[in-house]
Amino acid sequence: MLKGRIYRVSGPVVVAEDMRGVSVYEVVEVGNERLIGEVIGVEGDKAIIQVYEDTTGIQVGEPVYSTGYPLSAELGPGLIGSIFDGIQRPLTKLEELIGFFIKKGVKQPSLPRDKKWHFTPLVKQGDKVGPGDYLGYVQETEVVKHYIMVPHGVSGTIEWIASEGDYTVEEPVARISGREVTMLQKWPVRKPRPYREKLEPDKPLITGMRVVDFMFPLGIGGKAAIPGGFGTGKTVALQSFTKWSHAEITIYIGCGERGNEMADALHSFRKLIDPKTGKPMMERSVFIANTSNMPVAAREASVFLGVTIGEYFRDMGYNVLVVADSTSRWAEAMREISGRLEELPGEEGFPAYLGSRLASFYERSGYVKVYGNPERMGSLTIIGAVSPPGADFSEPVTQSTLRIVRALYALDVNLAYRRHYPAINWLTSYSLYIEKLREWWMQIDPEYPQLREFFSKTLQREAELEELVRLVGADALPVDDRLILEVARMIREDFLQQDALSLDDAYSPPYKDAWMAHAIKLFYDKAREAIDAGVPFEKIRELKVRERIARMKNIPSTTPREEMKKAFGELYNEIINEFNALIEEVKTRV
Amino acid sequence: MSSLLVRETHKLLRAQGSLLFVETIPGVKYGEIIEVELPSGEVKLGQVIDASKTMTVIQVFGGVSDVDLKRSKVRFRGETLKIPVSIDVLGRILDGLGRPIDKGPPIIPEEYRDINGEPLNPASRLPPSEFIETGISAIDGLFSIVRGQKLPIFSGSGLPHNRVAAQIVRQARVRGKEEKFAVVFAAIGVPYDDAMFFIDNFRKTGGLEHVVAVINTADAPVIERIATPRVALTIAEHLAWSHDMNVLVVMTDMTFYCEALRELSAAREEVPGRRGYPGYMYTDLATIYERAGKVAGRKGSVTQMPILTMPDDDITHPIPDLTGYITEGQIVFSRTMWLKGIYPPIDPLMSLSRLMKDGIGPGKTREDHHGVFMQLISSYAEGVRLRELSVIVGTESLTPRDRKYLEFADRFEREFINQGEYERRTIEETLDRAWNLLAILPEEELKKVKPEHIKKYHPKYKSLSS
Repeated sequence: MLKGRIYRVSGPVVVAEDMRGVSVYEVVEVGNERLIGEVIGVEGDKAIIQVYEDTTGIQVGEPVYSTGYPLSAELGPGLIGSIFDGIQRPLTKLEELIGFFIKKGVKQPSLPRDKKWHFTPLVKQGDKVGPGDYLGYVQETEVVKHYIMVPHGVSGTIEWIASEGDYTVEEPVARISGREVTMLQKWPVRKPRPYREKLEPDKPLITGMRVVDFMFPLGIGGKAAIPGGFGTGKTVALQSFTKWSHAEITIYIGCGERGNEMADALHSFRKLIDPKTGKPMMERSVFIANTSNMPVAAREASVFLGVTIGEYFRDMGYNVLVVADSTSRWAEAMREISGRLEELPGEEGFPAYLGSRLASFYERSGYVKVYGNPERMGSLTIIGAVSPPGADFSEPVTQSTLRIVRALYALDVNLAYRRHYPAINWLTSYSLYIEKLREWWMQIDPEYPQLREFFSKTLQREAELEELVRLVGADALPVDDRLILEVARMIREDFLQQDALSLDDAYSPPYKDAWMAHAIKLFYDKAREAIDAGVPFEKIRELKVRERIARMKNIPSTTPREEMKKAFGELYNEIINEFNALIEEVKTRV
Repeated sequence: MSSLLVRETHKLLRAQGSLLFVETIPGVKYGEIIEVELPSGEVKLGQVIDASKTMTVIQVFGGVSDVDLKRSKVRFRGETLKIPVSIDVLGRILDGLGRPIDKGPPIIPEEYRDINGEPLNPASRLPPSEFIETGISAIDGLFSIVRGQKLPIFSGSGLPHNRVAAQIVRQARVRGKEEKFAVVFAAIGVPYDDAMFFIDNFRKTGGLEHVVAVINTADAPVIERIATPRVALTIAEHLAWSHDMNVLVVMTDMTFYCEALRELSAAREEVPGRRGYPGYMYTDLATIYERAGKVAGRKGSVTQMPILTMPDDDITHPIPDLTGYITEGQIVFSRTMWLKGIYPPIDPLMSLSRLMKDGIGPGKTREDHHGVFMQLISSYAEGVRLRELSVIVGTESLTPRDRKYLEFADRFEREFINQGEYERRTIEETLDRAWNLLAILPEEELKKVKPEHIKKYHPKYKSLSS
């Protein structure tokens, strides 16, 4: 191992001399306190290092040690339910050791070394294996079966496999052509884990939010951004994604955000029961918490750490969701480091490589065929929050993100002020997955394309009419437009709005979405028919069934499908009956 | 004495703005505190902000304009900025660096603490949930504060934020509990009379023994302003975590703090971010605001109420914008309300408390609180919408229902938001007052409150049952 000396200290950036032979992205230990750092540049015998801990008190001339390894994640049993900081120090363990303030220079392995896990082998002596093959599994929590896979770069014949029993992560569980394999593996966080083939997503990641699933569906293995100014409910929206989505594993990266928010997420994940498994959400989640007051450089690393852990579970064949809150804070960390390095700044002081660095994160998403036996598919979906200053979407981080992602959920301040949640704007949001997912939706409801188009056209038309309404009032409009306004209001309030705190409606299954959409479309069609028959618009506005439509979202999502179908069938009949009665009334009068 | 122990240098190379460049001596530490001794014997403090093998850059508190490079010397203290902390600081007035300025006895320290503190482990935090009653209807009813929260006031120049803050400090309490509490008050770059307003106020109400005042007035060196909120929070943390006290930290005015940050950043010739503020301002503010919180297994807490004036009343200005991204909500003052004679001039539609939901409801405030709050906000929003509409179409063309909403919005401002500066309303009084106003509206319009709560609290049924 190399040993150099500190030449210069400037905030989180340290320059060390006598470092010839060290390579970029190698982890080093800086100073007498041996703070963790990463080499980000080499010039002659000098190495430029970003330090993941506070550098206050470091002296010029103190030693710097190289480790020979790049910054890596520890992968293996013990990940689920854990809370790590940006460089994968286990925060709960740190609290036991040093109390509730995070002190620097503390080292602790990411995964517990003394804990024994119950390993069950899936191969036998003499089997030929290659990278990604299942060797066995550990039932890590009641809902997560943690498969132990042959590491990349290892293949051959199983010379020995551990029998079923309890092992620590460092004890060998197999010997493959002379190489011992443990349950603990390491992977450099900046290097994407390989897969066989990337495919176009043909299934949506169901989130339970109607505005997402029905209007702007997200494909599994997709990449999406949620930009929104402060107070627009970004964190609530992200938590809805993590809580209700159909992912089997959730990685929540709190990157430069509030400590209390992180505490709230942790506590609610421990309490909240996952409707799909009947177990606490925590049993399928991993948390990475690098709050805004923790060292900036570690914030930069936290995002790559999260996505690496995500890829590892993807390789087991799981559908994984990685949520990063917020990528703007991550970009700001890059800007700060870049400024210290005196690099030529790009737009608003962000480094010129902002776009490519963002891409290197989002591009690790995907719906893929992974390595190994048995043959399997896995997916990694990434949703990144963006916090544009002044809620101005033209700023560099939002713009660079939009060039990469394929779905955008734009949060709107005005909707949030009106307490419309989720405050996802239906005019500016989009999803490029719609084409691919149409087939899937048509299996739920053959009329999906027409329904969705009807919704989006009605909302568009409402936006066009808004200006006019403000000037002349809604009552001065032609009756067709007044109907559009009425139906648009229904779509907004009775369909798109969802109460994240109400258990009946926080999660809405796709079939419920479709039935709800049908009710509104039916109302519109019958209203048109009635208007053509000469029914005055005021009569339609007074219909009792409007109240029933407003309450349809409260049909509990846990209602058995057949029963729910019946409830909607009754609603449709009621709509038809009330309108028919109106039409009859007019006809008899004529 | 040997030069190994006294680490000092005469080799001052360059002075510029607040920066001093000196030749590096062995063992210089990043972030350590130095003393510059002028020929007159005057000593200034400074901090190492960049240390390399050849040259050390020092930021000097109070500027370097009078530093004579040839005849001054720099002494390295070998440690970062630490202040003595003790429970005896209660009742005292300190300067921006934590030194007593009230002519009282010296403070005997229990220990020395680094003013930068250390980050709270996110895994150790408890989500804040204890309701603080401020006695102000608009805050308690609509934007409740809980212990461990950071809730700023976004104000404008000339608006009564100091008076409201003083009222909160006077009146705030946690219901049903007599626990140790303290207020740490930090004046950052404010005029002397503003600072004295608070001190006099504490004195008059006899609360001074619970208060520590850390004062950096407008005429004090700019660089000290960077230290002032950190000094205040270091004292607050000591009281909270070593003495189990519930501490409320009021900091005014954070706008001056941010301007000081910009000034120093410019002096360091850093790449500026939006409107000249440094790109790291978010992180810097976070290291202040994130020191609020509650910790599992501890009795104490740190609650923050920073006050800032929005330049030109612009909420998208970087200072309120970045603050809003870090804090858990904001109480926004409105000039329109103030001109109407409403005190406190809180804008109910722009304001928000993110942690409110965990601090209210049965057992905490009252069962109807959440519904009443939702109903008040949505009815007021409707009233404001109709008020704008009536400007265009005239009140005559409004329906009777619409006129009820107009009346509601007006009376809501005058009777609910508006309140005396020395008037304390309990949460029950606040909620009852809300029900009296909601009674203006037709009962079928009250969709956000539960029907059983209408039966129990609506004046119509209340008077029937009694």
